[in-house]
Amino acid sequence: MEKLYTKDTQAIFWNNNTTAIQRMLDYDYTIQRKTPSVAAIVAPTSGNKFEKFFYGPDEVMIPLYKTTAAAKKEHANADVLLNFGSFRTAYDVTMEAIELGGFSSIMVTAEGIPERLARKMNNTARNAGVTVIGPATVGAIAPGAFKIANIGGTIENIVNSKLHRAGSCGLVTRSGGLFNELSNIIAINADGIAEGVAIGGDRFVGSVFIDNMLRMERNSEVKYMVLLGEVGGTEEYKIIEAIKNGQIKKPVIAWCIGTIAKHFSTGVQFGHAGASANADAETAAAKNKAMAEAGIYVPASFNDLPATINKVYTDMLADGTISEIPEPSTSLVPKVRRSKQFICTISDDRGEECTYAGFPISSVATPDTGKGIGDVISLLWFKKQYPTWATEFIETVIKTVADHGPAVSGAHNAKVTARAGKSVVEALVTGLLTIGPRFGGAIDGAAKYFKHADDNNLDPKAFLKYMKGEGVPIPGIGHRIKSLKNPDLRVTGLMNFAAEHFPATPLLDYARTVEALTTSKKENLILNVDGTIGILMVDMWRALGYSEAEINEFIESGTLNAFFIVGRSIGFIGHVLDEKRLAMPMYRHPMDDILYDVQEAEKL
Amino acid sequence: MAQKAIREYDGKALFSKQWEKYFSGFHYGFKSVLVTSGAELLAKAEEHGFEWLKQEPLVAKPDMLFGKRGKNDLVLFKTNKPGDVTLADAAKWVDEKISHTTTLLTGQHGTLSHFIIEPFTPHSQEQEYYISATCVGEDDVLYMSAEGGMEVEEGWDEKVNEVVVPIDMSDADMEHAVRANIPADIPAENRGTFEAFAIAFFKFYRDMNFAYLEINPIVMLDNNEMAILDLVARLDDTAGFLMKDTWGDIEYPTAFGMEDQSPEEKAIADADSKSGASLKLTILSPMGRVWTMVAGGGASVVYADTIADFAEANGGSIADLANYGEYSGGPTTSETKFYADTIIDLMTRHKDPKGQDKIMIIGGAIANFTDVAKTFTGIIQSFEENAEKMKEHNTKIYVRRGGPNYEKGLRDIKEAADRLGLSIEVYGPETHVTDIVRMALEK
Repeated sequence: MEKLYTKDTQAIFWNNNTTAIQRMLDYDYTIQRKTPSVAAIVAPTSGNKFEKFFYGPDEVMIPLYKTTAAAKKEHANADVLLNFGSFRTAYDVTMEAIELGGFSSIMVTAEGIPERLARKMNNTARNAGVTVIGPATVGAIAPGAFKIANIGGTIENIVNSKLHRAGSCGLVTRSGGLFNELSNIIAINADGIAEGVAIGGDRFVGSVFIDNMLRMERNSEVKYMVLLGEVGGTEEYKIIEAIKNGQIKKPVIAWCIGTIAKHFSTGVQFGHAGASANADAETAAAKNKAMAEAGIYVPASFNDLPATINKVYTDMLADGTISEIPEPSTSLVPKVRRSKQFICTISDDRGEECTYAGFPISSVATPDTGKGIGDVISLLWFKKQYPTWATEFIETVIKTVADHGPAVSGAHNAKVTARAGKSVVEALVTGLLTIGPRFGGAIDGAAKYFKHADDNNLDPKAFLKYMKGEGVPIPGIGHRIKSLKNPDLRVTGLMNFAAEHFPATPLLDYARTVEALTTSKKENLILNVDGTIGILMVDMWRALGYSEAEINEFIESGTLNAFFIVGRSIGFIGHVLDEKRLAMPMYRHPMDDILYDVQEAEKL
Repeated sequence: MAQKAIREYDGKALFSKQWEKYFSGFHYGFKSVLVTSGAELLAKAEEHGFEWLKQEPLVAKPDMLFGKRGKNDLVLFKTNKPGDVTLADAAKWVDEKISHTTTLLTGQHGTLSHFIIEPFTPHSQEQEYYISATCVGEDDVLYMSAEGGMEVEEGWDEKVNEVVVPIDMSDADMEHAVRANIPADIPAENRGTFEAFAIAFFKFYRDMNFAYLEINPIVMLDNNEMAILDLVARLDDTAGFLMKDTWGDIEYPTAFGMEDQSPEEKAIADADSKSGASLKLTILSPMGRVWTMVAGGGASVVYADTIADFAEANGGSIADLANYGEYSGGPTTSETKFYADTIIDLMTRHKDPKGQDKIMIIGGAIANFTDVAKTFTGIIQSFEENAEKMKEHNTKIYVRRGGPNYEKGLRDIKEAADRLGLSIEVYGPETHVTDIVRMALEK
């Protein structure tokens, strides 16, 4: 890996830290990235499916997932994990991501992960070739390409510190607070940074100075490097070693903070957990001296660091190693933004012509388009273009369920309401309001239970036992008069269509084995029209490539009932219009058809 | 700081609690008590299970994290000859030690307060061994020697064998490596016993999340009886949430000589423990003239560095730096006010002996997400209450800060100081972070 991040890098953000994510998207918008840098968010305890963020003046939705695995499956190209788990969970999250694979770098923000776990985590990552930034870090940045969370601070500071486009310096620090400061110093005294990493303040961090600086040595955008070390540890000596053996050839400017520690023998902990000298060689003074002797540019004090950076930069500019960087165009993030109250993902009426999921109405409406109502449903309900066999099946279903005579409760209700002088819409909705678990609901129920049985490999006998345990008759099984010998031709029609056009019908095949068992008990316990529709819908979605989870979601959200609602509305409206046409009077139920059994109310 | 030292007594108690799990086959009596006075020791001797205090000769020593207690003459093991210390002797000795301050050879100075009392264990030099484990670089290292006691530290390289255990080494490989590195001068008849103990010791060190564990000496008596004569231990306290039940309510004492924290330091530490933000204060030199109120861990260090540099270069000394500390992690307005009140109170207690101005450095790097204006509100409120005192001490205030909302923060603090008649200079990110130190001291 030559560069840590590019302008195409996308991340999965573990924990729905909306402020930090918004900062990333503001940055992305400012530098005119094509796609937001956060592809997905893992929010284990959230029930939501997405979170809204601003992208410039507009809003975008970033999907939420319960697990890293689910997010990674849907966003395979997102190869950076931003692990914002707490010190209790960060280790497990990182280990799981390494195990999953496909991540080139993982940033860990938690401070105070148990040291033994941090060592195990860092070691596992190293063996897997994964770069870990942190723990206990504010992150890293590749200016003009990709920025982690809060690093660089506000968008105003980012632009002031020239973090919106690549400069010439490779910057590594331990401290996150001083990272910003150094970026600012380098912007003022040179031309900004090309890549920067705050490696983290804990004693055990994944990638150390040398790992990042060797990568920066290979990164052609980096012309020189600035290292801000701290008292404690011996990591700076590895840089000295790398310069001595020629692994690092680019100029290095360095300073170790914590020179104050020499004045206090014991007890005072200056700075981070990792910052404590256990030997003379680990003191800031010793490290600064050793680095200077190795040819590293070491200022006389931290206060002189800006001047040193300016001198190295100016010299390199003069000898042509560095050339002036043209300022790229940027987009300005609006100061005031208002979150949208409603979201629409199916149709859009803002253009010349309203579109259904991207298709102008005229491109699906007239017969010459070859599109039918099934196509319109596939666009508006599922935001997909279904193949002809599927749209035709949808239409077949709608036609099949359009009406079932005046006696069923929904139609009866609609007729009674129409006779009370109410309008078409009022009469229609009274009919529709009866649709539910007992009326039309068998489609939902059949899909749900047959799918459950099939998913769990229940043989027909076991399924019947299971349903008995549930205490419900099997939805989709049984007809008032029809039987195997006297088949329901609507069912036959649906089955024939499926046999001819569906790529496969595994759930129907299973349901037929159940039917064989139930009809052996009683003649009329056949797979009825509701059952057949529900089951074939599942088979349709399976053949269209939906995951089982997605199909379960369709069932849960009542999508199957929706087909019945659309179809049966045709019939209800027919009955209502029929009543209007006939001008039938107000209906009153005959009293002799009611069993009156009224007792005087007991006094309590 | 992740690694925290614990008392010898607590380390031994942990051994005792886990003994059967790790060291079955060995015996350990855990006859130790921790007391803070002679009276407490005498009372302990009346409790059931502590009859040995009256029956056996005793050893008493301070249990306050520092080592080299023998060289500091702080181990009571004889009155006339070794092994003749009675309960009454020990109680008297403890009371004598807590009655005055003690200065160690290292210069650490303070009052002894905690003592560990144990039976005197007669044994020969041959029965003493050394064992310890810690983390070096990325690896665990087990150290073993056939010689225990003070001798091991003189001639460490020749006398100690070390076994490096990488984090991913299997138990089988670790055990093999330990066996292959048992010091050659351990007598053959004790080798097997020592091997088994060393392996168990390493697993105990590892599983208990010690950062450092040393027994020197460990005495192997007859019948696999082990005596832990002297123990030093540090725990990785970040593992606390995993080890809660195992460690129990363990105490992390402050280093000897440091425990006499001022009430102000204690108050800040107390506020820190109750807050999600970070508030730290150490008073270095109460008479010092340069007082700092710096935001952020890294920035607080560079300010301290720079103040030391400039003080020394401009005719002052490190004693000019009055305090070290930081506030960060988004403290509330009232937390910031409390912190500022504390600093200003300390700063205005003593007139500068040379009659120089007091300097208050309100510094900080460019914040990532802390709202600067909000935190400055607390400082301004403190100015309003303390302006007269600050003026009496000719306080010169230097401010430098960047980050979210910094323009407003700087404007507000300047306006408040001007209104109150305080001397102030205010700088933003265009000025180098520590350059206000130069401005303040290079005069």
